[in-house]
Amino acid sequence: MIVVEKLTKQFNGQVVLAGIDLEVKEGEVIAIIGPSGSGKTTFLRCLNFLETPTSGRIKVGDIEIDGSRPINQQQGLIRRLRQHVGFVFQSFNLFPHRTALENVIEGPTVVKKMPREAAVALGRKLLARVGLAGKEDAYPRRLSGGQQQRVAIARALAMEPEVILFDEPTSALDPELVGEVLATIRSLAEEKRTMVIVTHEMSFARDVANRVIFFDKGVIVEQGEAKALFANPKEERTRQFLSKFLAH
Amino acid sequence: MEASFQLALDSAPFLLKGAYYTVILSLGGMFFGLLLGFGLALMRLSRFLPVRGIARIYVSFFRGTPLLVQLFLIYYGLPQVGIELDPIPAALIGFSLNMAAYACEILRAAIGSIERGQWEAAASIGMTRAQTLRRAILPQAMRTALPPLGNSFISLVKDTALAATIQVPELFRQAQLVSARTFEIFTMYLSAALIYWILASILAHFQNRLEDRVNRHDLES
Repeated sequence: MIVVEKLTKQFNGQVVLAGIDLEVKEGEVIAIIGPSGSGKTTFLRCLNFLETPTSGRIKVGDIEIDGSRPINQQQGLIRRLRQHVGFVFQSFNLFPHRTALENVIEGPTVVKKMPREAAVALGRKLLARVGLAGKEDAYPRRLSGGQQQRVAIARALAMEPEVILFDEPTSALDPELVGEVLATIRSLAEEKRTMVIVTHEMSFARDVANRVIFFDKGVIVEQGEAKALFANPKEERTRQFLSKFLAH
Repeated sequence: MEASFQLALDSAPFLLKGAYYTVILSLGGMFFGLLLGFGLALMRLSRFLPVRGIARIYVSFFRGTPLLVQLFLIYYGLPQVGIELDPIPAALIGFSLNMAAYACEILRAAIGSIERGQWEAAASIGMTRAQTLRRAILPQAMRTALPPLGNSFISLVKDTALAATIQVPELFRQAQLVSARTFEIFTMYLSAALIYWILASILAHFQNRLEDRVNRHDLES
């Protein structure tokens, strides 16, 4: 589904990603964990070119983009790729001047040119899917952080993406609102949706992900089946990182 | 006092004719200034340095030189290089070019104030840059831009008086002509001032209504 080859990213000469290889299979849920500054968010953002990789290849379905070629010449390809790759941001980034429903149908109507009526039906269905039936006409400002993030998830789903990327989807939320967003993501996992989730929620990663990837200093230090990796990390660096979470 | 009032009434047709040109110049300057200013703001956002540079120099020149000098350049200066313009087109061009510089800076700042996450959210659902601007960025930027744009528009209404110096028979020029004929200087200029005030107030009213409209998502649930 997604193939990443030798992805690197340098920022002002500083190496943020030092050659990442990764394959994501259909239906797989991958959790990416690691200390802040390890490059995990940058990696996720590179996957749909919110960040421009310095070199390496990214393939989604039959769309392949070469990071070492000038990105400006591949804009059309990148837009096509983005239609297949949903992205959920840490800070939601809903359009504040549009209602919940308008946020969700923006992609289908503007990008996919879906007839408005069909898009509205889809939007209502998706808002109900994330537990927000009845909030169609609410502006984001009137919604709680958890509700806003669920609208954002519905907005990503509306493009019917093959994979959804989550960038620390609960980090900006008040503690009591984290659960509802995690429950929504969990229910998507149960539908066998392909997802890559950067998260600090270790127990969530262990329970929901099929595979966990531990990032540090721009490389994948260790990866493996989620429960096994948490129970028995092989690398010393992973053990140290996980022990900090257990200590709390 | 009664005589002054009678004079104001008698001269009303002259003043209203002048006010007509004042309105034409104001609306024209706003419309073309905003159009050109928007183009310049897009140039300022361009990826290409020379394009940004041209827009920057344009803004620097038209904000950095007196409007009066710009009008003289266009009306009295251009004929020397073979471009002769009638007073009204010359004034309209001058006001539009000048307004464009201010509109450009207002729009550029307003667009720049929209957080990066909005561009990214639009990009993440596959929107083009143009779609992003039109659907996500500009509707939000207009909230920021409207108050300073309103200010500039009101300034423009008053600045149209400068067109009197290049033979445009606008409001101030008409007041000058009538007061020269009748020596009722105070009455005429007071009448003219009141008409400017009314025009500016109408504009301010529309500005407020527009601001309420674009801020609507703050107020409603």
